[in-house]
Amino acid sequence: MKATAKWLLICLAVIPAVAAFAQETHVGTLTGHAAEGKKHYRRYCIGCHGPLGDGNGENAQWIDPKPRDFTAATFKCRSTPTGTLPTDQDLFNAISRGFTNSNMPHWDPLTSQNRVDLVAYIKTFSPRWQSEKAGDPIKIPAEPAITMQSITHGYELFQKMECWKCHGQQGRGDGPSASTLTDSKDNPIRPYNFAAGADDSRFKCGVTNEDIYRIFITGLDGTPMPSFADVIQPNDAWDLVHYLRTLQTNRHSKENEVLKAAGGKIPTKAPDSNPPAQLDNKGSGSGN
Amino acid sequence: MQTKQLLVLLLVILVSPALLFAAGTVSGKITYTGTPAKMKPIDMSKEPSCAKQHTTPVTTEAVVTGPNNTLANVIVYISAGAPDESATPTQAVTFTQKGCQYIPHVLAMHTGQELKVVNDDQTSHNIHPLAKVNREWNKSQPPGTPPLSEKFDKEEFIPVKCNVHPWMHGYFAVLKTSHAAVSSDNGTYSLPNLPPGKYTITAWQEDYGTQTQDVTISGSETKTVDFSFKAKPY
Repeated sequence: MKATAKWLLICLAVIPAVAAFAQETHVGTLTGHAAEGKKHYRRYCIGCHGPLGDGNGENAQWIDPKPRDFTAATFKCRSTPTGTLPTDQDLFNAISRGFTNSNMPHWDPLTSQNRVDLVAYIKTFSPRWQSEKAGDPIKIPAEPAITMQSITHGYELFQKMECWKCHGQQGRGDGPSASTLTDSKDNPIRPYNFAAGADDSRFKCGVTNEDIYRIFITGLDGTPMPSFADVIQPNDAWDLVHYLRTLQTNRHSKENEVLKAAGGKIPTKAPDSNPPAQLDNKGSGSGN
Repeated sequence: MQTKQLLVLLLVILVSPALLFAAGTVSGKITYTGTPAKMKPIDMSKEPSCAKQHTTPVTTEAVVTGPNNTLANVIVYISAGAPDESATPTQAVTFTQKGCQYIPHVLAMHTGQELKVVNDDQTSHNIHPLAKVNREWNKSQPPGTPPLSEKFDKEEFIPVKCNVHPWMHGYFAVLKTSHAAVSSDNGTYSLPNLPPGKYTITAWQEDYGTQTQDVTISGSETKTVDFSFKAKPY
């Protein structure tokens, strides 16, 4: 066979393989394919997310928050820095976990393979996935011990970073800016209310301390919640996580136990120009 | 004869760079017809550290007018025919948050050019460029933290907002060219350093849209290109 013909044949064989490979996703030991995912999408997802993946499914008009627009390739719950694409694992987690307090269910009835295939299909809705790789997941150091010192320092950060402006001094989502917040599609949106919910006080991007860490370090893209990666150091971030857990007054947690054992009050410094309310963690059901 | 020849030679040497590197200027004035909407007053009482910086009432800045029906904050740039489009300027442009407002209200930059965001206030701001073509990111910038350094790779007019302070609005005009200007308080703009050629000039106002005009530069003259926008009553 002539050299050029051979070369051409190889190229023709490789190109579709590459194209198919680009549509593959990898989560754990599973590999997902968009063609398979499409079938599941059209059965389970299309009603809300729409045939074009832009969040304009039939149901979208009646639900709030609105379904994710996959064409924008902007995602809330990621392990990657703000402005970057999430990893396959991030998307897999979003489908599996669902989004609490929204119409996105946790898709346990679908097998892991189904969900990995769906992730592959979702990535076909935006050209960004062709030209860009997923961001590098943030590095999370080992969690230090939960102590009053950690919680107190976390409280100081909460004040310094002015989280209370949206989240409110008790984290109830009632800060001065809370009622004016809109997401990137101009829909009204409320900040997370730490004191709401039952014993587990779930939040949209997970349930663990590491999930909370990721939330404020990577920010929730598409929402008012910014990334604090440039302004909070990793160890300080853990202190903030521990403090935030004490705002979840309805949740049994090591943090709430430590706080209760220390008397239930966080020592505050001398008042500054914006004196915060004195914290009193004697809320019902805390640390029993 | 030698002196004369020398003098002529000198003259040619001195003049030829000017001919070879002739650079013209396009300048003009942006005006409006009709009555623009009244700008709304901004209530900054929820942010006392900013409210006290303003001695005169603050209004929204969607349409900023100047004397004689002129418009400020209009971006005028070369949208076609611009030379050296791929050359990204090495110096950064700066976007400052001061008094809970963005200074400047509209900022032009080249794709890939460094953008420095400065927080000059005593309150936290978050910088949230609502990009649709570029990546959308959102970063917190507490007071006293160093400037943020970012850049945008694609051409786009990006609205910018601060979620903490809902009245704060600005624009990034990410352009494929450095030949861009923002009209001044009296509506004037100037695009210098244009080699001879045919250019399309585009003017963009955030509420009134865009207008284009073509112009040809042949040497080092200054051509006047004015734009007139139809004001919207609301």
